Amino acid sequence: MSDPTKPGATPADPARRAALKTLAGAGTAAAALPLWARYTHAQSAAPIRVGFQMHATGIGAAYGRWYDRTTQAAARVINAAGGINGRPLEIVTEDDGTDPRRGAEVVEKFANQHRVDVAFGTLFSHVVIGSAPRAGELKLPYFAVSEGHHVASGMLNRWTLQPGITDVKSQVLAVAPFVAETLGRKVTMIFPDYAFGHDHRDFFSEAIAAQGGEVIAKLAIPPTETSFTRYFPRIPRETEVIYHVMVGPAVLTFVKEMGEFFGPSRPAIFGFIDSLEAVDLRSPGLDFLEGTYFWEGMPRYVQPDQTEFDRHFRAEVGIDENGASASDPRDVSTYAHMFGCWETLYIIKRGMDAAGYAGPQDRQKLVEAVEAMTDMAESNEHPQGAKLFNGRTHQVFGQQHVSRLENGRLDVVRTVPLEETFYPDEVDYTARPF
Amino acid sequence: MEFGPYLMLAALEGAVTAAVLALMAAGLSLVFGVMRVVNVAHGEFYMLGAVLAFVVAGMAGGGALGFVAVLVAVPLIVAALAVAADVTVLKRVGYDPERTIVATIGILYIVQQVTLMGYGPDARPVAAPFNQRIALPWVEWGAGGPSLYWPWGLSITSYKLFVIGAAVVVLALLWVLMTRTRIGLVMRATQLDRETAQAFGIPVERVYALVFGLGAGLAALAGVLIVPIQQAHYLMGGDALLLSFIVVIIGGLGSLSGTLIAALLIGLSDGILSVFFSPTLAKIVATLLVALVLVFRPQGLMGKPER
Amino acid sequence: MTARILALHGGLLALLPALHFLLPVYHHGNLARIMVLACYAIGYNLLFGYTGLLSLGHAMFFAAGMYGMGMALYHLGLGAELAFLAGIAAAGGLALVVGLLALRTVGVAFMIVTLMFSQAFYLAILLAARWTRGDEGLVLAGADRVLFGLDLTDPDIRFLLALGLFALCLSATLWLVRRPFGRVLVAIRENPERAELLGYDIFRHKLAAVVMSGLFSGAAGAAYGLMFGYVGASFAEVHFSIFPLLWVLLGGAGTVIGPFFGVLFMFYLIDISSGLTPAYMLVAGVALVLLTLFAPQGLMGEVRRRWLRWLP
Repeated sequence: MSDPTKPGATPADPARRAALKTLAGAGTAAAALPLWARYTHAQSAAPIRVGFQMHATGIGAAYGRWYDRTTQAAARVINAAGGINGRPLEIVTEDDGTDPRRGAEVVEKFANQHRVDVAFGTLFSHVVIGSAPRAGELKLPYFAVSEGHHVASGMLNRWTLQPGITDVKSQVLAVAPFVAETLGRKVTMIFPDYAFGHDHRDFFSEAIAAQGGEVIAKLAIPPTETSFTRYFPRIPRETEVIYHVMVGPAVLTFVKEMGEFFGPSRPAIFGFIDSLEAVDLRSPGLDFLEGTYFWEGMPRYVQPDQTEFDRHFRAEVGIDENGASASDPRDVSTYAHMFGCWETLYIIKRGMDAAGYAGPQDRQKLVEAVEAMTDMAESNEHPQGAKLFNGRTHQVFGQQHVSRLENGRLDVVRTVPLEETFYPDEVDYTARPF
Repeated sequence: MEFGPYLMLAALEGAVTAAVLALMAAGLSLVFGVMRVVNVAHGEFYMLGAVLAFVVAGMAGGGALGFVAVLVAVPLIVAALAVAADVTVLKRVGYDPERTIVATIGILYIVQQVTLMGYGPDARPVAAPFNQRIALPWVEWGAGGPSLYWPWGLSITSYKLFVIGAAVVVLALLWVLMTRTRIGLVMRATQLDRETAQAFGIPVERVYALVFGLGAGLAALAGVLIVPIQQAHYLMGGDALLLSFIVVIIGGLGSLSGTLIAALLIGLSDGILSVFFSPTLAKIVATLLVALVLVFRPQGLMGKPER
Repeated sequence: MTARILALHGGLLALLPALHFLLPVYHHGNLARIMVLACYAIGYNLLFGYTGLLSLGHAMFFAAGMYGMGMALYHLGLGAELAFLAGIAAAGGLALVVGLLALRTVGVAFMIVTLMFSQAFYLAILLAARWTRGDEGLVLAGADRVLFGLDLTDPDIRFLLALGLFALCLSATLWLVRRPFGRVLVAIRENPERAELLGYDIFRHKLAAVVMSGLFSGAAGAAYGLMFGYVGASFAEVHFSIFPLLWVLLGGAGTVIGPFFGVLFMFYLIDISSGLTPAYMLVAGVALVLLTLFAPQGLMGEVRRRWLRWLP
């Protein structure tokens, strides 16, 4: 008789604890399972448990909410289509409070108490970096949905992957040509004095220089700043383009005050939609952004060339044609990021299918199966667009969009194909041991 | 931007910060001074002011009239909530300093979580009742003597000027309340000597409830005033609490005028320092300055030295 | 009297290794974390519970220990043993400097000064992003985390080392508070003027308390970083200074074993209620209010007040 919830063998289990631990482990694990899943014989019908590390509270809560909705929708659709290898998918959610310390504790909880098969869902970089090492030690496949360059930089471990969403470095590479050709070559960057902002600063400086442009000023705004007017005087007069990636609850203030500072005469402005995720573009004070440009991971507003896959995605998650909740048009989604959860779950399914995943003892095979993936066709499983996964760096590449804000909506003006977003490998995780 | 206009811009922005900070700190100073307790949840009353402003503005419709409704109703609602908290919790712990800290931390978590559940995690804006951009002139010395010109970017908005004005008015009213009315006399008496006040027949516990409510109402008013400039977000109370704490201690315990001077100093210096230093460095310098002021003058600017 | 005290504290220290064999793996891992954080709480308790000085900036000592160790390990390539010592030394040095300045103030001014220094320290970590990687923090490779040949990625070794550190901090505190030094600290807490009148150099005693508190907290920080492989700026933020205050008040300020129970209680309160409802902070808030209404001395403090009056 096999216990489907027995933990994967870790090399450090001492023999003297094994007997008691298995008893206690099986007991608590069985107690944690829903009633219908406590089988003693039909292991194949027991669910695949996926741990969803959600930013339910803290500064990431606005994203966490939408990540949750997308995850639940994807799980529902996957289960309606028969689940994974005939087994239903069960999402186990834990709040990490957008805190790295709690994130590491939650990873332990996933592996040791909930006995999940894999974990995923973290967005904020510092939480990923705080949590991924524990996942690596516990040999738990950990799928970040984060946009951070940390996975591909080699900082993390072989158990951590980011196959569902592209990273900042490739996004910046995608938009730099547009900025240089269309908006201007003298750029002032305004970014938060966080690692996220530093990544933009470093990657974009490099990318725009390659296009013959130049970053003439870099304004690093301290974290938790709530008023920005006093920083704007540092913007040099000869600025042609302002490139901003401010995020957090103060973003609306930033945009408003920028508008109030410049008044009628402003340079071209390029931002990342991260600033305005979950924010209604018709909010007071945002009229200043008319005619400015944004990077979008996935177009919030339905475009003339909408694919059936985007339609299917919106229908299942419950999003209207303006990127807001179908049941509440004022509840705007984080459309440029949340597809990452959907696609990641499908990749987990595809990996488990490929690896013949039967239980936690096959976790390594699952990671290897994902590492072997390359092309991901645009489909219901990948509604954001076709992707190419780099198994050595554990990072996926996809198309990127530049949109223009006009009449209170965003319209795509350029789609950069994924081939133009590559950068050289910085790590080969496949050469590392598990 | 040239140095002169830049400094003026920073000073104006600092004045707005100082205005809101002064209101909030005055509330904290009252509570601190009269009740001798640290209210860790004070920042949450500020946040509630902003969040409820969003809610009430949504119900009252926009425009100037809606905003007046918000200005009047929201501080009263928050003050009522605070009085309820005082009567149910703080009174029962006897205003013991340590127990109050723990209790108010608990209230902080409760208020934050309830707001998260009810209002949500998003930062939502409230439209200002009026908000024109006003370009400001600066003086330059030309061939024909001094003349005015309008530097690029030097501006303020009418609403920000209103905030400064409103804060001044409210603080003036507070001063009148404290020094010229009977209630103010009763509050000051309770602050000076609780036992003697009680001996004189002053219902000290009711005074405490009143003071707690008034303090929360001032914080909520600050939140209402700031919300058209910033947004209402369920975590916005933390930084505001920190700053108002600093202001109250620097100003000197029990001294409202000290609180006001400190608010002005800290609000302005925060802005002006950023003219000279890189932003994060400016924050470090400002933080260390506060610490050093206290190290060398522990009673604060206007407080009385400990015997 | 002494036998009872030794039996109680020794009993706790003997129970913990027994739990090493009995606990399921999840709770085993939690307890390792709890024991390290309890050392942080014990450090805090020394200053707050016994000396009566309420600091709002203790996260800087924890973080100094963590970053002192992390920088030494990551950038200087020192071995884990030396890095750990470097962390403790960094925390002790910081505590000395902060103590010399902050102890010129008392009461609420002391609270704010410690808070300000802690904020400045946090901002400095962010400013020095080139070495500290700012808010993202540093990941310490498992291969580097080998202490005296013991692999810290192994959960059993982690537990036993955490237990060792906790046992050290607990015993040291127990010894300290029963010596004259500890009793002078209590005297300073109860009535500083009288203590001064009696001829004790209260500044020296307070400074020593600050430094020792910093050393314990720094040791906890260095240990936490070494054991769990992550050094991050979030450990220097204000909320991480509030936690030890909460833990100590809940567990019983001014008792030796109180801090441990405070950490244990809060950890499991959050852990269990997060399984029941997404609004677990609400549960924590309500629990705090109820606790302070009905058990104001904290868990161990109430035990001392009602039953075991001899509890140190």
